Amino acid sequence: MDWRRFGFIALIIAILFSVVVLIGKAQISPLIIITSMMATTIAVATPLTLGALSGLYCERAGVVNIGIEGMMLAAAFFGWLAAIYMNTIFLFAPMPSLIVGVIAAILTGGLFALLHAALSVTFKVDQIIGGTVINILAVGITGFLNRQLFFEKGSIFGGNVPHAPGVLPRIDIPILADIPVIGRIFDQQPITWAAILLVFVTHIVLFYTRWGLRTRAVGEHPRAADTVGINVFYMRYANVIIGGMMAGLGGAYFTLESVPSFEPLMTNGRGFIALAAMIFGNWTPFGAWAAALVFGAAQALQINMQFFREAIPPQLAILQISYVVGLTPYILTMLILTGIIGKNIPPAADGQPYEK
Amino acid sequence: MTIVLEAKNITKQFPGVLANDNVDFDLRQGEIHAMLGENGAGKTTLMNIIYGLYRPDAGQVSVDGQPIVIHSPKDSIQHGIGMVHQHFMLIPVFSVAENIMLGDETTRYGALDRKTVAQRVRELSHQYGLDVDPHALVGQLPVGLQQRVEIIKTLYRDAKILILDEPTAVLTPQEAEDLFRIMRELTEKGVSIIFITHKLKEVLAVADRITVMRAGKVVGTVKPKETSEKKLAALMVGREVILKVEKGRAKPGAEVLKVDGLKVHDKRGLESVSGVSFSVRAGEVLGIAGVQGNGQTELVEALTGLTHSPGGQVWFAGSDVTNRMPRTITETGMAHIPEDRLRHGLVLSYAVADNMVLNTYYLPPFGVGGILQPKAIDANARKLVQEFDVRTPSPYVPTSKLSGGNQQKVIVARELSREVKLLIANQPTRGLDVGSIEYIHKEIVAMRDRGLGVLLVSAELDEIMALSDRIAVMYRGQIVTIAEAGKVTREQLGLWMAGAHPEGLSHPHT
Repeated sequence: MDWRRFGFIALIIAILFSVVVLIGKAQISPLIIITSMMATTIAVATPLTLGALSGLYCERAGVVNIGIEGMMLAAAFFGWLAAIYMNTIFLFAPMPSLIVGVIAAILTGGLFALLHAALSVTFKVDQIIGGTVINILAVGITGFLNRQLFFEKGSIFGGNVPHAPGVLPRIDIPILADIPVIGRIFDQQPITWAAILLVFVTHIVLFYTRWGLRTRAVGEHPRAADTVGINVFYMRYANVIIGGMMAGLGGAYFTLESVPSFEPLMTNGRGFIALAAMIFGNWTPFGAWAAALVFGAAQALQINMQFFREAIPPQLAILQISYVVGLTPYILTMLILTGIIGKNIPPAADGQPYEK
Repeated sequence: MTIVLEAKNITKQFPGVLANDNVDFDLRQGEIHAMLGENGAGKTTLMNIIYGLYRPDAGQVSVDGQPIVIHSPKDSIQHGIGMVHQHFMLIPVFSVAENIMLGDETTRYGALDRKTVAQRVRELSHQYGLDVDPHALVGQLPVGLQQRVEIIKTLYRDAKILILDEPTAVLTPQEAEDLFRIMRELTEKGVSIIFITHKLKEVLAVADRITVMRAGKVVGTVKPKETSEKKLAALMVGREVILKVEKGRAKPGAEVLKVDGLKVHDKRGLESVSGVSFSVRAGEVLGIAGVQGNGQTELVEALTGLTHSPGGQVWFAGSDVTNRMPRTITETGMAHIPEDRLRHGLVLSYAVADNMVLNTYYLPPFGVGGILQPKAIDANARKLVQEFDVRTPSPYVPTSKLSGGNQQKVIVARELSREVKLLIANQPTRGLDVGSIEYIHKEIVAMRDRGLGVLLVSAELDEIMALSDRIAVMYRGQIVTIAEAGKVTREQLGLWMAGAHPEGLSHPHT
């Protein structure tokens, strides 16, 4: 990750923030707007960060994973379903139900990843096809079960959606969160904290441990790894599954941390944007996180603009239409992926099945 | 001397080939045992069995007299066997130390201990005279140094038996000399070496014993003192071989190809040919010598129109063909034997007959009004198969079924069956058996004598010296010098290939 990239990222975030500050400063002080934008940015970047880390584990080991979107969607649904079951059928308290939900989401991600690993490592199916299979499968399964379980007459929840056990509570960092105004940034929900922690953990794992060295080796030159006795298949399976679990945690964000409900297709392309973040971050954890924050900032723009809709000057009336602002993350993705900045160097054996 | 490694009755069957047929082999303590044979003779298969990459169908490998079972390289490493593969098993984006420790990492509190590994690498370099910086990125090292990294990698794992698979293929003659020095130093310190090669000169220079393989069988084990190049070649091929190319003096005519200040970029956008100038005349062979990867590939791609050149000019048969379409250049009368025949020379799944009209199919008599004419294509194929002695059961088998030598003959037949003025032959004999090499060499000399210009690119110095009338040496994208073939020695060429500036000769860029 080079400084030009970080500079570019900082610039885009600054522009996005300034837009909101300029429009909203008549009503609220800029400091509060910036703080609120930062807090939102960090929170909404969570699934993107986790999705990017998911891609990172897979691709560093040489397996392209475009199924992150599907893994997140499935995890969002099954995590939520598990939490509801626990809460309404087994009558667990909300907090344990949510924890079981998160675990179920992680396992769902892992299970879908196992399928992806089997397809791409063992059966050497084209990895783009394998990922597409997972995306389609996730849409189908979640849509079908959602309708069957909740909206069909005679189904287990008898045609009405039960109340979910709420969302995961905020955890604030003791001293930092007490700072006036900007303390709000340090008051986030657990999956968000986990995502940030995992960025650091992933960096250490990849670049400072035996596991990381071997993972990168099978992603760069699997035959070389094989000749020194490293089990390429095992390393690829393990990393794809770890990646799937990251995506699973990212999926839990949607239904257990952000809102207490599930809607079909609710991941809304976040898995693909996460992949873009990983690429823009040049396959490094910090780079991916920084890129995820850019997309997060674009979404924070959309969210915050809703408060200031009346304040938008008539020249910028187009911004009053929420769909227009809502397009920002997707437009950014396209811009950034066209390779505006620097050259991205993927792992050399990325996407290539290993033939012994 | 004690036998450290023994392979007995090794048999390995691949679909359609018996790669190893009841092979016996042994290696003594502290010797350099050369394994000689043509491509496909089964040398590499045997070594991969010993190293644990393949499982034999039958047979037994023993180390220090103890039969061992090898399931994977992990087992062979444990038994002190190390292998340096022909294509290096190194990760370019890793440092030397990381490459060396991979698979056998030293850790402290769970983190990689790069410092200790670097220290150990330095010790080994010092002990065996293999100087290399443990923190350098492998991708930035020259090939000779990368090979040292591979050797240190095996020593780091306490290898007592070292297998070197075609180690000189990518080296300059001087680098090869250096490798031989290292090999001797290693054997003095008790390491035993298996040296796989198909180069006769090297075997005689460095080996203590020579085992020759042919068609999956061991056909003899000899001492260098009791044999000669000629005898070894005969043993390798199974018949007498003429190693020397018979050719008379060249009668150069008019200039057919003139290259002026040509620049080419490689796939990563880096300049790989930096302004070269030379010309080829009708009736002469201009050889381009150089270690692989010094811009030869890109040069040929630019000349044949396969890549765009950002600067310089190419004149061919009186017209400017710089950055013209390959078809235009082909039609002007350029024949091209590409470096990688499988990827750029043939459509492997096509029938031999179709491959023989790949560059003329749209012209009468093969294509009339956009419709292929099977009769004409058939007649052409039968004629060429006969003329160029292509061994194929029929013109309609997929070209992939042919041997490498016969595939190359298909290309030669296609390229030379029309009116051409210049032949560009890039590595025309790479990977071919001695018999096919003989044939291709004869054909190139015959072309020259018929008045064609020939541009021969080869990394094999012997081939360059045997065929060329003039020799240009390429180093890092530039032509170091162009010399008369009869007036330079192997050693001189080797020095130029390694980047030394010729004295007394004018440098093309000064």
